[in-house]
Amino acid sequence: MADPIFEVRNLDVRFTTHDGEIRAVKNVSFDVAAAECLGVVGESGSGKSQLFLATMGLLSSNGRATGSVKYRGKEILGLSQRKLNRFRGSHVTMIFQDPLTSLTPHMTLGEQIMEGLRVHSHVPREEAEKRAVEILEIVRIPEARQRMLQYPHEMSGGMRQRAMIAMATVCGPDLLIADEPTTALDVTVQAQILEIMRELKTELKTSIVMISHDMGVIAGIADRVQVMREGEIVESGAVEDIFYRPRHAYTKVLIDSMPRLDKAEDTAAARSAIAPDAVKLLDVVDLKVHFPVNAAAWITKPLRAVDGVSFTLRQGETLGIVGESGCGKSTLARAILQLLPRTDGTVVWLGRDLDAHRKDDMRKLRKELQIVFQDPLASLDPRRTVGQSIAEPLTALMPLLSRAEVSQRVARMMTRVGLDPVWINRYPHEFSGGQNQRVGVARAMIVEPKLVICDEAVSALDVSIQAQIVELIADLQAQTGMSLIFISHDLAIVRRLSHRVMVLYMGQVVELADREAIYADPRHPYTKALISAVPVPDPKIERARKRAKLTGDLPSPLDSRAPLTFLKSKIINDPNAEQYRPKLLQVAPGHLVAEYDEVI
Amino acid sequence: MLSYTTRRLLGLLPTLFIIVTFAFFMMRMAPGGPFDSNRHLPPEIERNVEAAYNLDKPVYQQYLIYLDKLAHFDLGPSYKTKDFTVGELIAAGLPVSVKLGTAAMVIAIVFGIALGTVAALHQNKASDYSVMMLAMVGITIPTFVTAPILTLIFGVYGVDFLGMNLTLPVGGWQGGALRNMILPVTVLALPQIAIVARLVRGSTIEVLRSNFVRTARAKGLPAHVILLRHVLHASLLPLVSYLGPAVATLLTGSLIVEQIFGIPGIGRYFVQASLNRDYTLMMGVIVVYAVMVIGLNLAADLLYAVLDPRVTYKR
Amino acid sequence: MSLLAPDATAAMIDAQEIHGRSLWVDARHRLFENKAAVVGMFLLALIALMAIFAPLLSQYSFEYQNWNVVSCSPDWWPDTTVLCNAGGTHWFGTDSLGRDLFVRVLYGARVSLAVGLVATLVSLIIGVLYGAIAGYVGGMLDEVMMRVVDVLYSLPFIFFVIILLVIFHRNFFLLFVAIGAVEWLTMARIVRGQTLSLKHKEFIEAARAGGVGPAAIILRHVIPNLLGPVVVYVTLTIPNVILAESFLSFLGLGVQEPLTSWGVLIGDGANQMEIAPWMLIFPALFMAVTLFSFNFIGDGLRDALDPKDR
Repeated sequence: MADPIFEVRNLDVRFTTHDGEIRAVKNVSFDVAAAECLGVVGESGSGKSQLFLATMGLLSSNGRATGSVKYRGKEILGLSQRKLNRFRGSHVTMIFQDPLTSLTPHMTLGEQIMEGLRVHSHVPREEAEKRAVEILEIVRIPEARQRMLQYPHEMSGGMRQRAMIAMATVCGPDLLIADEPTTALDVTVQAQILEIMRELKTELKTSIVMISHDMGVIAGIADRVQVMREGEIVESGAVEDIFYRPRHAYTKVLIDSMPRLDKAEDTAAARSAIAPDAVKLLDVVDLKVHFPVNAAAWITKPLRAVDGVSFTLRQGETLGIVGESGCGKSTLARAILQLLPRTDGTVVWLGRDLDAHRKDDMRKLRKELQIVFQDPLASLDPRRTVGQSIAEPLTALMPLLSRAEVSQRVARMMTRVGLDPVWINRYPHEFSGGQNQRVGVARAMIVEPKLVICDEAVSALDVSIQAQIVELIADLQAQTGMSLIFISHDLAIVRRLSHRVMVLYMGQVVELADREAIYADPRHPYTKALISAVPVPDPKIERARKRAKLTGDLPSPLDSRAPLTFLKSKIINDPNAEQYRPKLLQVAPGHLVAEYDEVI
Repeated sequence: MLSYTTRRLLGLLPTLFIIVTFAFFMMRMAPGGPFDSNRHLPPEIERNVEAAYNLDKPVYQQYLIYLDKLAHFDLGPSYKTKDFTVGELIAAGLPVSVKLGTAAMVIAIVFGIALGTVAALHQNKASDYSVMMLAMVGITIPTFVTAPILTLIFGVYGVDFLGMNLTLPVGGWQGGALRNMILPVTVLALPQIAIVARLVRGSTIEVLRSNFVRTARAKGLPAHVILLRHVLHASLLPLVSYLGPAVATLLTGSLIVEQIFGIPGIGRYFVQASLNRDYTLMMGVIVVYAVMVIGLNLAADLLYAVLDPRVTYKR
Repeated sequence: MSLLAPDATAAMIDAQEIHGRSLWVDARHRLFENKAAVVGMFLLALIALMAIFAPLLSQYSFEYQNWNVVSCSPDWWPDTTVLCNAGGTHWFGTDSLGRDLFVRVLYGARVSLAVGLVATLVSLIIGVLYGAIAGYVGGMLDEVMMRVVDVLYSLPFIFFVIILLVIFHRNFFLLFVAIGAVEWLTMARIVRGQTLSLKHKEFIEAARAGGVGPAAIILRHVIPNLLGPVVVYVTLTIPNVILAESFLSFLGLGVQEPLTSWGVLIGDGANQMEIAPWMLIFPALFMAVTLFSFNFIGDGLRDALDPKDR
């Protein structure tokens, strides 16, 4: 490797905490060459972020780094903040995961971009402004001059992350460290950000360190990859070697547990075929959930979170619901479960129209319809033992059970979800995320429901854990013959489990079809964009892919024109007008597609 | 923003109305009136006196008369301090109280911010602990203890410092002479300094841990730029929302301080009025205080909106 | 499907007893590691015990006047220019009516602590009920209830307390009610805010999805999770109440002779401080130590129950 610009040797990072000293990074050494992209991959707690925060002198006050970090041959670890500031922000820069909290809320975008430039390059204000506008155009922020006057909260997540990138590149750094820059973003926005970063690398010859948990992201951008686990680099090498010839067992686990869109695989759904005479469990007709939102003084506008969704579900079937943040998928789940009042429409359960006001209806519904939530820790009461949490639906819905019977069923359920019943008296904070999610699954399954809704149930988990939980849910389904509604933003995960897939956009269904059809033959432009935006953990395929791109951001859901993004020809140009509703057309048996304009 | 301000100002009226009504009827429920001590007066004279103050009319009429007068900014005559209207008494006392309170608040804000920021920047170091210890002392020791003790030290015993006689007057106002102000303002400011320092320390620590400060550090900005442009602005926001309630605390403090140091402010009037059952004066002071508290709360809210671009008062 | 016979399973569960560390256990552990809080608890317990057993600790009753020793210093007082010496049995000297100051400070502690506890209890009950109802029911009711609190907040309450005490004569019971009525507002706000944020927590939603009724949700999930902030606020309210009582007593509006409280004693002491500074210093010291202790415990509890760095 020709003269590295960044050399890290024997770096150790330790934190002193109440529970003693934690060694987050263990004796790590590596180089970054000029104009290369180093991908750093690892799961949560692998120390990958702390490693780079340490090199930048950004550890929190209880952290300590030892070893050596050289930038162009000069030692920068342990420098005083003042000396460090000669490199930091100008030659080596860093961007972070959450662009909203990472930008100063009370300063305009322009001020924040220019201040680094003025401190490091001492350019006059007009010059700084010119350069800021230039860089904003490079990261494709439209109307850059006006944007400079905006505050971070006035921009969308994608815009903010572009602004972060602009801020980090305005001084022309040699090295840009990107810490999970797309993790908080929707997949279509992620694709846009990654493309900008690829351009920076090729056009500005900036070296990039891409820190990510997502093998797909790494495959698309990295030249070299190093895999981290528990503070150590377990394997490093060229991107092809890592992906096609992984040597370390952990690297193989990471690659194998990554669900892939590009390969037909042994999916759980494929294993459990639905009986042809299966009963129709659930029939949702034209469901609407609107929330009143204060738009201006005295005026409320309806936020159409779910706007006329219909579908049916049979016994043993799995319906995947996909869509980006704000598409109404979680609201839909809660409305079906009667956790939220619906504005309009009907929910028919086993031929019976459900009415939230009838007590016996609700009781029956709760016993047969359960939910697993996204955040395993937040969905468990921190002050109750996991045993109590699992037992709760049982005691609430079957009050006649004896105590012994309840604890026996809890213990049995814990065994079934892979938890040792010995842990029955433990508290959620003593468990890992994956274990807590098993508790969540156990709680939903304890009343032996006919339908379980999984609302982003694996999204908060590391990929290897994700695979385990998906496997667990699939096994339980195979054993019990229950139905599933599997809600996720991750199309690859949904594919693993679902028989049919429904795509939501702005509270409306844009496409609904069998799994094979939707992935092999997507019709709606939004579905196409969504599928092509999902990164594939295979460098050759990922780099060769042509993407159906979406430009710009998601429109505001308060704007009644928003659902017509793909049917612009029918738009009435007034944000408050009652708009045309795209019809669902049947293009093949069981394949419904919303109307769209052919040319976009 | 303008419509918000107008609406808040309009919202002030019902609050004031409730206060006035509440206070009025509470006082009328009291056994014994303001002229009870004059029982030796002949009955006609007593009746005349009561008629002069409308005390012979039914309570609801008295209430309506009071409201009517109040609408014309007339707080009525004082029952006990003859020949003065309540308005005149308040006009005499209010500037004194405001001067005292403003001086104390300015000192509290300046010292509080400085101490709190220093403590936060040296979190869990000796300077932090000593500031926080002092703040704890300031918060726990009430003004009616600090006032006599400081008087004892600086007023009664007297202090000679490097040949300078630092003995201060223990009471009196003398038109707000600096020497007379030092002790009462110090006593009033001490707990406020402590509260402000704790508040600022807490919020500064939180801001220092925030992601955007990490970004600013990653940008390589010098420490003073980060502190002044990124940290201070955000860390002072909680202080702004505290300012409204702070005024109320300051008012309570001034009741005691004015009493102890014999300062002719409205706090002292109030204590005397309540001991004398001088209803109109009590009412007058309450109304003035309420207007001040509500007005300053509104000012604090508006200031907050100016400082934090995320807050918009659309509703 | 069962792996074991029912009895065996139950027996197994009983036998295992792998008890998890609940958040309370964790918090208690952290609280006892906080030196300031432990010192606070110790001092507070000491003062409380002294107050409870006051009659046993001194040979003098709190009313007994000895006109031979009026405003006399304790015999260990370092300043020898004082008027007289009360002798070795008056440990804190005597007051201007010749009463033993030590026993009066302890009786003052009884009143101050009692007012502190009872008035806080009043504010706790009103505040928790009010805040929890507003927060959990939400909607219009919440809006109205909180507007009421806002209006009450902008009242200069201490004035109302003063008026109340002036009008209805100084009445011990009224003192509790008046102070408690002022302090419940903040409690209501805290409880409402917590309830509101709890209501939207996923574990509450999970309980609802599990068919748990509203009453059981409040009892099992809302209240235990509210307890932390409420306990912290209670420990910080007690000193405020003690201060408020002392403030009123200082103005001559609190408890009446021959009963006493720290505020009364400090008021008397302030008047006599030029000739008998011990009359100011001892009650002030006891009050300060008590307030310190409560604040240290409160801060310690807050850190213990809501550790930011976890």
